[in-house]
Formats: sequence, C-alpha cells, structure tokens
Amino acid sequence: MRLSEVTQGTWVRVVGFEGGQGLRARLTQHGIYPGDRLRVLRVAPLGGPFLVEANGREVALGQGVAAKVLVEVEP
Amino acid sequence: MRFALIGQPNCGKSTLFNQVAGYRAETGNFPGTTVTYTESRVRVAGEVVEVVDLPGTYSLAGTNPAERETMRYLASRQVDVIINVVDASRLSAGLELTLELLALGRPMVIALNMMDEAARLGLEINGPGLEQELGVPVLPLIASKGRGVKPLFLRALRLAKSPDEVKVEKSIRGGSFALTDPAERHARARELVQRFVRSGERRLSWRDRLDDVLLHPLWGYLSLFLILFLFFEMVYGVGAALEGPLLAFFDGLTAGLGQRFGAGTLLSELVIGTMQGVSAGIAIVLPYLVPFLLGLGLLEDIGYLPRVAFLMDALMHRIGLHGKAVVPFILGYGCNVPAVMSTRTLEDPRERYLAAAVATLVPCAARLSVVFGLVAFYLGPVAALSLYLFNLFVIALTGRLLSRVMPEDLPGLILEIPPYRLPTLRIIVQKAWFRVREFVTEAWPLLIAGSAVLAALIYFRAAALLNVLVRPITWTLGLPSATGVPLIFGILRKELSLIMLGQALGSTNFDAVLTPVQMYTFAAFVMFYIPCLATLGALKRELGTRSLLSIAGLTVVVALLAASVARVAATLFVGGG
Repeated sequence: MRLSEVTQGTWVRVVGFEGGQGLRARLTQHGIYPGDRLRVLRVAPLGGPFLVEANGREVALGQGVAAKVLVEVEP
Repeated sequence: MRFALIGQPNCGKSTLFNQVAGYRAETGNFPGTTVTYTESRVRVAGEVVEVVDLPGTYSLAGTNPAERETMRYLASRQVDVIINVVDASRLSAGLELTLELLALGRPMVIALNMMDEAARLGLEINGPGLEQELGVPVLPLIASKGRGVKPLFLRALRLAKSPDEVKVEKSIRGGSFALTDPAERHARARELVQRFVRSGERRLSWRDRLDDVLLHPLWGYLSLFLILFLFFEMVYGVGAALEGPLLAFFDGLTAGLGQRFGAGTLLSELVIGTMQGVSAGIAIVLPYLVPFLLGLGLLEDIGYLPRVAFLMDALMHRIGLHGKAVVPFILGYGCNVPAVMSTRTLEDPRERYLAAAVATLVPCAARLSVVFGLVAFYLGPVAALSLYLFNLFVIALTGRLLSRVMPEDLPGLILEIPPYRLPTLRIIVQKAWFRVREFVTEAWPLLIAGSAVLAALIYFRAAALLNVLVRPITWTLGLPSATGVPLIFGILRKELSLIMLGQALGSTNFDAVLTPVQMYTFAAFVMFYIPCLATLGALKRELGTRSLLSIAGLTVVVALLAASVARVAATLFVGGG
C-alpha cells in the first residue's frame, strides 16, 4: 500500500519508492530508505502532509510524496 | 592544536561548544556564504587548544553550502582531532555521518550527546561495544548539562598527542567502513543500531505535548494565528515607535541641508534626493526590518517555522506552492525585502521564483499606509478590508496561473521537522545581522541612487514628461494624469505614493480632488504594481536580473488588471448604492 493511505499512529516498513531519481534522492537525503521502519505521527487536515518518524528524525511528507512511498504495515 | 566539532544539525554541537568556549569566541563566515563557523581557544589540562564549531551537516556529499564548507575546512586546515558529536537519541541518522568521517582516516572521538534524551526515549546504548566495533573512542555526553565534557576533551587531547594510539587504519574492521554509497552507509548504521541499542519504554516530554497542541488540526491553526498576530504586533509596534521620530529627524536634517545648498538649485535637489534615500533606509525600512528579522530568527531557532510549513502545506498547494513557501508569504505583510530573502530556503528554482513573485504581491507595511491613508480614511474600514480580501484573491489566482505556466517537476513537500530547542540569543542576533548587512550593502545603495536620479528628473522639470510616460496606465484606470509622478515615486518607497499624491494634486484633502472610485482604484494599483527599489534589489540578489525583470513586469500586468476590476466593482457599488 501507499504511505498516503496509512492512518495516524501506524508503524510501517518502506518497501520502495515510485517516481524518479530526484524524489528518491530527496527522500534518502532526509534519511528515508527502503527497508526503514516509519511511524506516522500526524496527518495534517484537508489533504495536508504526513508527519513521519524515521530513525529518530521527524520528516513532513506532502500528500504527493506520501502517495509515491510504498509501504507495508508492521505488526 | 585544533579540534573540530562536526555533527548533524541539532545534535547539540553548538551547546557543547558554548560549554567550553570563553567569551572571546570568534564567529566568522565562510567567504561568499552565510554559513558560519565559530572558533575559540580552550585550555585543556594546561594545553591551549583551538576548538572550531563547524556548521551542522548530514553528510559530506557537498550538496549544500554547509556540507561543502565543512569539507573545505577539513581539507585545508590543520585539524588534529575530529570530535564527532552524535545525537544519541537519533543514533542511526548520526552514525551515517560518523561512517563517512571514519573513512577519512583522521584521529577522531565520538561524543554520544543527549544521553538523557536517549534514556527518556527508552534507548539503552552499548557504548563500549560501539567503540570496539568502530575502532575509535566513544564517550557519553550531556552537553546541555555540561556532563562528560571534560573527559571528552581529555580523551581528544590524548589522541592528539599520540595519534598512533587509536587510528582508524589500525582498527581491525576499519577498512570495511570506507562505504562510498549512502545507501550502504544507511544500512550499516541501521545494523549498528540494531546491534548496540536496546529500546524500551518511551516517556512523553513537553516537546511531544507541545506538538500535540501546535500541530493539532484545530488548536494548531488557532495557535498559528495567535503567534503570527503577536509577531506582527511586535514588529509594527517597534517599527512605528521608531519610524516617527527618525523620520522627523531626517526630514529636519534634509530640509536644513537643502537650504544650505541654496533652495531650488540642482545641487540642493540632489542632496535632498540622496538624503531621502538615506532616510528611507534608516527610518522606514530598518525599524521594521530589524525587529522582523529578530522575531523571525526566534521562531526559526525554536523550530516553529517548519511547523508552520506543515500546517499550511495543504493551503499553499492550492496556489501551486508547497508549505515551505508560506514563510515568504507571511513575511511579505511586514516587508517584502526579508520575504524575498527568505525564498532562499526553498530548494527548487521554480518554487523560489513563484514564492518571490507571490511575496511581492503581498501588501507590506508601507502599502498598508496607503490603503489606510486613502481608502480607510476616506471610504471607511470596510472598503479597506475589501481591498485586502481582494488582494488575497488576486494572489491566489496569480499563484494558480503561474503554477500552470510553470509546471512543477517535484512532487511536493519533504521537510525535516526538528525538535524544539531553547533559542540562543547569539545565533538569532548573528542571523539577523547577516540579513541586515545584505540590505545595507545591496538594496540600500540602489534606493539612495534611485532617489537622487528622481530628484534630478524633477529638477529638470521632467514631471510632465513622467506623467506622459505613465499616462497609458493612469488613462486606462481613469486616474488624473498628475497621479503619474506619485506612482513613479512609489517605486522608491511605497508610502511616497501617498505623500507625493498630495503634492501632485495640489491638495492633501483627497476628497476634493479624487472621486471615491479613483481613490479605490489608485490604492488597488499601488497594492500590486512594481515592488519598491529595496525589494527589487533583494530580487536581483536572490533570483538574478532576468527574474527581477519578469517579476516586475508581472506585477504591472497584475496591478493593471486588478485595478481595472477594482474600478469596475467600485463604480458598480457607488452607482448601485
């Protein structure tokens, strides 16, 4: 599934990214790589960004970005 | 002997530095950038050591100025020991830089900082295990409380004196750390954390609770509104209190100087023009700019600005921008100069251009004075408010159209939300100073020169000529021809549009010389057309001459269209009412 479909408070594992190299590079610059565990801390209202915690860093990902991050829900 | 503190942003490097640095810490900035480093002499066990605090950086890849300068510094200066400060509560991210530093093969000590924070998060770190694995000393540190500082520096000193004692090359596993691929480093760091960190129960702190309010779907926006309101109150309060006396002082001085050079001569007109440029900088821009930058620096240093971007992202998307662009937008209401300067925080050139274009359409404090002096005073507060709402509408429309013309190539917001920090006065003042210096050296000279040129034009009785030049605009909007010169002067300083209007029309009782529709149209035009010279200077510096010209051109087109709409609306309203 996509990160944009995940609800607040869920733990997920990043499976991969859609989109080009540019997006991948920007995500990895912010410490988000495939295989990482993320937690969705908050979702802003009205189609706003997702706040995720990855390796102790908090990163806000806009809807468009979140829709391109493929994840699977962790138990 | 020199120790270099290197670490990621917000790892507490500067806190450590401030713990050891004396009052004579020297701040410098790398040539050509606003990236700063600080140096201080520290006495460690009888030895004098230079300690340098390098800018926070996530890697040594060189993709941004801080990274490049850190690399340059390490390459060019004699650094005896690298003190790698790592935030223990975010160990995995920090170790990526550590692995990169290890590959340099220089003497190095790792300081695991914020051990208290890590404990609060329930993290238990096996320091000795990590030390053995990495082959360099790993020491615990709580820089904010000064714990572990002395052992850290003593260890670094010992290393500096006998660099052979611990050397990366000698470590058994050292070779395997020369990972060139960031993904490999990331995986390796994650693996190290899995092996050497045990995670337990997390305790909630005031920081977590603060975000429960400040990022809340309802309270978050209310807090944002309140914080911005207080911020502008502060800026307007300080600015207005300083502007009046300063302006009075300079007006007196200018008049005196003008007389001394003989009233009506070219020389005296030039002196007056120059002085007007000088006073515009000191009395009108700086009183607002300085508190503005200090306030902004405070919000920035605490870590609130990225949260504003988080809250506003959805809204900003509707005008083709991302959450980060909300900062220039908000700043624009105070003064367009810092607004344009702040666009440099945006990564993408398209986004920078769009945000700057939008920011210049935001009515700044000076334009506020025109709207208030003309529309609110003669037509009532409701009319003034309607102009402001109209302005928001036009900005949204322009943003949308521009983002259609310039399709986006990046899918959206990716922004780190740093932990809240207590602000540091030194850093806030430093940042404000760098920005003020830019205004003083870049935009202000332009303002002074432009002022003098206009004064000369007026002296040579070019006013009529100027009015003719601007006539296509004034005619289109149904304004008297004499409003041309005030509009041109408005490019110097927006409030001059109002001041000069009185002179040009021969009466400051605007009711007698302008119809209500003309007043409304004039104010609408002033709200949008060409930003003031100081802003143009900032645009040139941030985006280059081409973008400056296209944005200036854009504002004229927008102003003409918007003022025409305002004129029709006002006519209908007056006719109907």
